[in-house]
Amino acid sequence: MKIGLFIPCYIDQFYPKAAVAALELLEKMGLEVYFPKNQTCCGQPMANSGFEHLTTGCNRLFIENFSSFDYIVCPSGSCVMHLKEHLHLSGHDQQAKAIREKLYELTEFLTDILEINELSASFPFKVGLHQSCHGQRGLKLSQMTELVAPAFSKPEKLLAMVKGLELIPLNRKDECCGFGGTFCVTEEAVSVKMGKDRLSDHLRNGAQYITATDLSCLMHLEGILRRQKSSLKIIHIAEILNHQPL
Amino acid sequence: MKAMEHAQAAEAFIRDEARTDWHDETLWFVRQKRDLAAQGLPEWEQLRDWASGIKNHTLSNLSQYLALFEENALKNGIKVHWAMDAVEHNQIIHQIIKEGKICRMVKSKSMLTEECHLNAYLAAQGIEVIDTDLGERIVQLRKEAPSHIVLPAIHLKKEDVSDTFNEFLDTEKGNNDPQYLTESARQHLRDYFVGAELAITGVNFAIAETGGFVVCTNEGNADMGAHAANIHIACMGIEKLIPKAEHLGVFLRLLARSATGQPITTYSSHFHRPRPGQQMHLVIVDNGRSRQLGRADFRNSLKCIRCAACFNTCPVYRRSGGHSYHTAVAGPIGSILNPNIDMKANADLPFASTLCGSCSNVCPVKIDIHEQLYKWRQVLVKEGHVPSSKKTGMAAMTLVLSKPTLYRLAGKMGRVALKYAPFVVNNSLNPWYKQRDMPQAPEESFREWYQKNRK
Ligand code: SF4
Repeated sequence: MKIGLFIPCYIDQFYPKAAVAALELLEKMGLEVYFPKNQTCCGQPMANSGFEHLTTGCNRLFIENFSSFDYIVCPSGSCVMHLKEHLHLSGHDQQAKAIREKLYELTEFLTDILEINELSASFPFKVGLHQSCHGQRGLKLSQMTELVAPAFSKPEKLLAMVKGLELIPLNRKDECCGFGGTFCVTEEAVSVKMGKDRLSDHLRNGAQYITATDLSCLMHLEGILRRQKSSLKIIHIAEILNHQPL
Repeated sequence: MKAMEHAQAAEAFIRDEARTDWHDETLWFVRQKRDLAAQGLPEWEQLRDWASGIKNHTLSNLSQYLALFEENALKNGIKVHWAMDAVEHNQIIHQIIKEGKICRMVKSKSMLTEECHLNAYLAAQGIEVIDTDLGERIVQLRKEAPSHIVLPAIHLKKEDVSDTFNEFLDTEKGNNDPQYLTESARQHLRDYFVGAELAITGVNFAIAETGGFVVCTNEGNADMGAHAANIHIACMGIEKLIPKAEHLGVFLRLLARSATGQPITTYSSHFHRPRPGQQMHLVIVDNGRSRQLGRADFRNSLKCIRCAACFNTCPVYRRSGGHSYHTAVAGPIGSILNPNIDMKANADLPFASTLCGSCSNVCPVKIDIHEQLYKWRQVLVKEGHVPSSKKTGMAAMTLVLSKPTLYRLAGKMGRVALKYAPFVVNNSLNPWYKQRDMPQAPEESFREWYQKNRK
């Protein structure tokens, strides 16, 4: 199975460790993983700001870089959701459709395609799981508290396989952190207030780490934590799932 | 009309952080009550499907149902008026008041009359209308607009209400006992109910097959008004229709549970015909609704039954307050309805969201609210309703992101300067830094690492 690894621009630039962890994790499963070097971005930053019409270049690059793989895996629910909903390119309808169908967020790829039941990871800490909205409500990685429907959670299923990890409960299980793309600057006050409120929920419940399937949320939360000089840390879920016993 | 853009008004709201927390928690509590009520019905998602389907069908056949409704309402002896827009709506009501030589009138909650600014219009003609919903009366006394469509005074604490009543109703200063305050309001409103010659109400559901309509309140104030006065005027938007009375079995179960977590509103009053000697008028208003119906991407917004569940769940609304939306209907639904009414004035609203999607999940009629917010953003940009600085920033970002070589270069510089994140339109006054730091710069990007370690 040939896997194309899609590493969104801000992970590439700011959180390479999460990308390395995702790569190593997939390699450990015996997969052939490639990182096409001309990839850049899914186009979501423009599209969510109302400039979807400017994303043609990004879409073309994406299709060029990823058409040849059996699956495309990405450690960001938000970028995956955007592509699944909006990857189109006139003249390349078939290719775009094929990509939308073989594109997976990392945790859903592990639970749904590889159907893994065990991991060798160990992470002896108290961890709070932040449900990134696009992964949760967009890709349905876990059940949403608004709906009257059976509970499930793909990220939690994986975290439960990690030795020593204690998942802490939250008072608001799936409230948005306030990142929201350009929202984080255009609505700075609300964005930061939402972030602070999420952080207090995790702190109140004893978290040592906050993890998520999306680093964009975590980067926003980390920004506030660092400003507040807090000892609470953020970590991408791939890094936990790939964390070796010391 | 608009003093500030949403972002600025929200910033001002949040400056009082303790109060923001209180506002957030108060509304979150309502959301939790809604969750409990919904969880109590195993068929909840089925009900939402039905409600959405019925509304969809009605909207697809709206002209026929409106005609049928009018025919049956007329048969019942109701006088039916059609209003193209807010001005016509206000003029029709003014005319009825003039013809009846009416001096005293009461009004129960109607978001449509707020949308049409009826009170202000009548006040300009020297006519005073008394709002009888407790929350609406409070904000009316304070000369404020409602901040929430179900809980109009939710932005106020009991201390604020006590001060207002002390000023206008002469209650004891500093007495914050809710029981005492509501009792005072009750006594104050009683005189107006008894003396009213005319009562205005809203409409929650208009039933095509019967020509009747249903008004839901918790306080019974719509009934008090309509039963005491000799003239009853009910105002409704064209989207309030449902085909059959039996459909109420779906909507009444959803409405109160979604709104407040109650199984049903305390009063769900069915009006069919005037009682002997009474006049009953219905004003049916378009005010941009048929235009919205014609917008394929946004027609669904007309399914709304004004339960406000999307307000209560919205993490932005809870932390910015209803007034920051500067429109009669605030919250997520307001942000997809108001650009239709005035695109330029309300261009900020679709951006006042993180697109988290919680609104669409709680909506009892399954409006794809967050998807419409996204779509409105595309429309607003195309129609030129965003600042040109944003356009330049986006164009620069697009250029970088669609050229791999430029991207690698920009990334390098960005990590050095720690000033650049692709989703943050880059400028020296970047608001990111006000309360947040940027991530620590790694020594190398992933692609640099990959180059060394895998190829
Ligand atoms: S959009 Fe849906 S949730 Fe919001 S007020 Fe209307 S019916 Fe209620």
